[in-house]
Amino acid sequence: MARIVMDDLHKVYPGGVKAVTGISLDIADGEMIVLVGPSGCGKSTLLRMVAGLETITGGTLTIGERVVNQLEPADRDIAMVFQNYALYPHMTVYNNLAYGLRNKGVPKPEIDRRVQEAAGMLQIADYLDRKPRALSGGQRQRVAMGRALVREPAAFLFDEPLSNLDAKLRVQMRVEIRQLQKRLGTTSLYVTHDQLEALTLADRLVVLNGGQIEQVGTPMELYRRPGTVFVAGFIGSPAMNMIDMAYLRDRGAAPSALPAGTDLVGVRPDDLSLTPGEGPAMALQGTVALLEPAGAESHIYVTLDGNAQPITVRVPGLPEVTEGAAVVLHAPLEALHPFNSASGKRTG
Amino acid sequence: MQTKRMTFSSRWLPYALLAPQVLITLVFFIWPASQALWQSMLRQDAFGLRTTFVWFRNFERLFDNPLYLASMKTTAIFAISTTLLAMSLSLLFAVMVNRMLRSREWYTTFLVWPYAVAPAIAGVLWWFMFNTSVGIVPYMLEGFGYDWNHRLDGKDAMILVVLAAAWKQISYNFLFFLAGLQSIPQSLLEAAAIDGASRTKRFWTIVFPLLSPTTFFLMVVNVVYAMFDTFGVIHATTEGGPAQATNILVYNVFRDGFVNGNLGASAAQSVILMGIVVVLTVVQFRFIERRVNY
Amino acid sequence: MVENDRFGSLLAHLILILGVAAVVFPVYVAVIASTHAPGTFLQGVMPLLPGSHAIENYRTVIFEGRAQAGAPPIGLMLWNSFVMAMMIAVGKIAISLLSAFAIVYFRFRFRIFFFWVIFLTLMLPVEVRIVPTYAVVANLNMLNSYAGLSIPLIASATATFLFRQFFMTVPEEMLEAARVDGAGPMKFFKDILLPLSITNIAAMFVIMFIYGWNQYLWPLLVTNDERYYTVVMGIQRMVTGGDSEPLWHLVMATVVMAALPPILVILFMQRLFVKGLVETEK
Repeated sequence: MARIVMDDLHKVYPGGVKAVTGISLDIADGEMIVLVGPSGCGKSTLLRMVAGLETITGGTLTIGERVVNQLEPADRDIAMVFQNYALYPHMTVYNNLAYGLRNKGVPKPEIDRRVQEAAGMLQIADYLDRKPRALSGGQRQRVAMGRALVREPAAFLFDEPLSNLDAKLRVQMRVEIRQLQKRLGTTSLYVTHDQLEALTLADRLVVLNGGQIEQVGTPMELYRRPGTVFVAGFIGSPAMNMIDMAYLRDRGAAPSALPAGTDLVGVRPDDLSLTPGEGPAMALQGTVALLEPAGAESHIYVTLDGNAQPITVRVPGLPEVTEGAAVVLHAPLEALHPFNSASGKRTG
Repeated sequence: MQTKRMTFSSRWLPYALLAPQVLITLVFFIWPASQALWQSMLRQDAFGLRTTFVWFRNFERLFDNPLYLASMKTTAIFAISTTLLAMSLSLLFAVMVNRMLRSREWYTTFLVWPYAVAPAIAGVLWWFMFNTSVGIVPYMLEGFGYDWNHRLDGKDAMILVVLAAAWKQISYNFLFFLAGLQSIPQSLLEAAAIDGASRTKRFWTIVFPLLSPTTFFLMVVNVVYAMFDTFGVIHATTEGGPAQATNILVYNVFRDGFVNGNLGASAAQSVILMGIVVVLTVVQFRFIERRVNY
Repeated sequence: MVENDRFGSLLAHLILILGVAAVVFPVYVAVIASTHAPGTFLQGVMPLLPGSHAIENYRTVIFEGRAQAGAPPIGLMLWNSFVMAMMIAVGKIAISLLSAFAIVYFRFRFRIFFFWVIFLTLMLPVEVRIVPTYAVVANLNMLNSYAGLSIPLIASATATFLFRQFFMTVPEEMLEAARVDGAGPMKFFKDILLPLSITNIAAMFVIMFIYGWNQYLWPLLVTNDERYYTVVMGIQRMVTGGDSEPLWHLVMATVVMAALPPILVILFMQRLFVKGLVETEK
């Protein structure tokens, strides 16, 4: 249980490549922080810097009350769950779990207690004698987590642990990880490129892009009020629609009360409807290009009149529209997100 | 050169780990090699009392010596014949075995075990079969009217050692050809079959070209084998004779060094051999390393 | 293949059977010869079927050796060969594992330099440096000893490169997890890397044992005391020494015994052996 404080962390590779620039983050004790972003944004690098698997070029990292920049991974009181599990193939599950503890000189009875407890929590007690190759993907994942659990560390570090599982298993494991983390109350840093995973797991979410923080906040904050064009487009699926103010003015559809400097308007697919609602709204005219029924909801792909920009609409159920038909899309004014494309930031 | 993403950083440990190998390499490889280089430029007088530095005179002498030149020719003939024979037979066997499914492992076992036989022993075995008094082959050849005698006829002697040397190498080549054949995607051959190519045509236009890296690699290995590892074959059977007919370079080095005591000449020959190996190894390594990704 | 080619298959089998026969024939002949009485060979041709003197011949050759066949008792030579082969195999593997580990898992000055030094050994087979290497061994008083027989042959670039190649394929995360688990370099080597390398080590062992057992030139040079002769080089003395016709039945018995251990090793560990060969040369 510990606070993690990142103070202006930098990572520059020999050769000059800047992987991480000026990251400052204050993680409270027991918090689950998710680092999310596209490939190459530096989230894994940052995690590995916290773990001690990458050196820190600048800034300070504090775990608990100690500055850990120079400490070996094993001395930082952290535990890591790797993307490919990194289980020792020639050791039984029991030994995989016990290895780290044995290296630290923890007495045998204590090792046994912790292994049995973790195995119980993760439902792998029946597999303690097996080797990793005799286990399924989901079971191996649990063993990887078990290895982290037994160390009873100050913080858990997760490096995209679910990306090698099939979709169904992923959802199930996601729930289990969250419940486990809440029950144990261990500070956790979780890396993923899946925005849905990020939204559902995080106490607070950190969106990274190009080695820098785009925005930090609770999932709902980031969803409802994305601070930058990048975050707006990254969080939420299907992605937010972005429309030029110039287009809107041309069509006479520009809302009047938008903050100064706005030249880009974002609207989420689920905030668009085919029927006019109450209250002030923006209206867009277009043609239905494709209707995609998806079970409980449908996605409608519309091309706007005038510039053929594709717009995605999400509606419950199955609407009565045909492809090729002309439609009018309505978006309430309070659901609009104003941005300035030059700065990339939200204007109001 | 590629490295791991993460490495240990210790001041002294890597050096300690490398020490045994490096030490032995220095003492038993590098130092003697440099000695050979040095000695190749020295000349001892008849009584071993004085040694003078003579630059490249020893080398010149070698190339003026008809015996040495003959030895080079002999080695070339020997190496090429052995390589050709060993490679063509093993390719044939590999192609045949590759067609099999059930009997594959069985045939492989039988074709592979000669690798375990020392070249010297291979020499003795074939020597025995071809022995003028008790050998089975001369007996059969007599029926055809051919009087085999490798003790007198240089050609016969060469044939004998080539057979013995090639016999052993067939296993090695066979394994590599088989592995190479198995790495050719079936889909290529099936596409060719649909395109109307007969079995022979498929082999020469698709399989053989795709096998060329293996072929090239084996060629180099076989030549190196024929030039160096076959010392035992020669020494245990013909001893370089009759009349130097099978006096390959490496045997000559041995003779000059240990039998005749002519250290300068022996060292010079060693240096020349070293040069040949270096060229062959560099060629091979460059060619292979380029094709490997981790 | 796609077509059903009965004739072709038959031909293939025929060729292979002939091939196998041709390949096996020399050894068959030797085994047969080793089972006959001394007198059989004076008649001028070698028999094709086994004789009845097998046990007698082998016993003579194993225990009496010298007077009869011109060489020391084979029992001793077999033992020498065994010790030499084991020392070479174990030595090469141990040294190469350590070197490969250093080269792959550490970053240190002169790393590339050492890599090339080791690589150099590939280009200096013993046949090429015989006189000076002999001189070094003699100066170190290592003639006529097990050390002299094996140590000069122990530095092997092939094994080092094989292990290096293998280590490169070990996933990065294995080391990272081990470091998070508090394992230092040697612990990692012992607990994780070595167990993962077992198949490669076994494959290398097969090849190195055969290599060591079959050494000819080096034992020839480095021993003149009969007590240290190895069996492969010892045979030569039986075949070419002296003016009289060699005692073929005894020579062949010796040959069979000399060739047998490596053959057995290959036969029993064929898969490993194939793997070892094919992987070394990549």
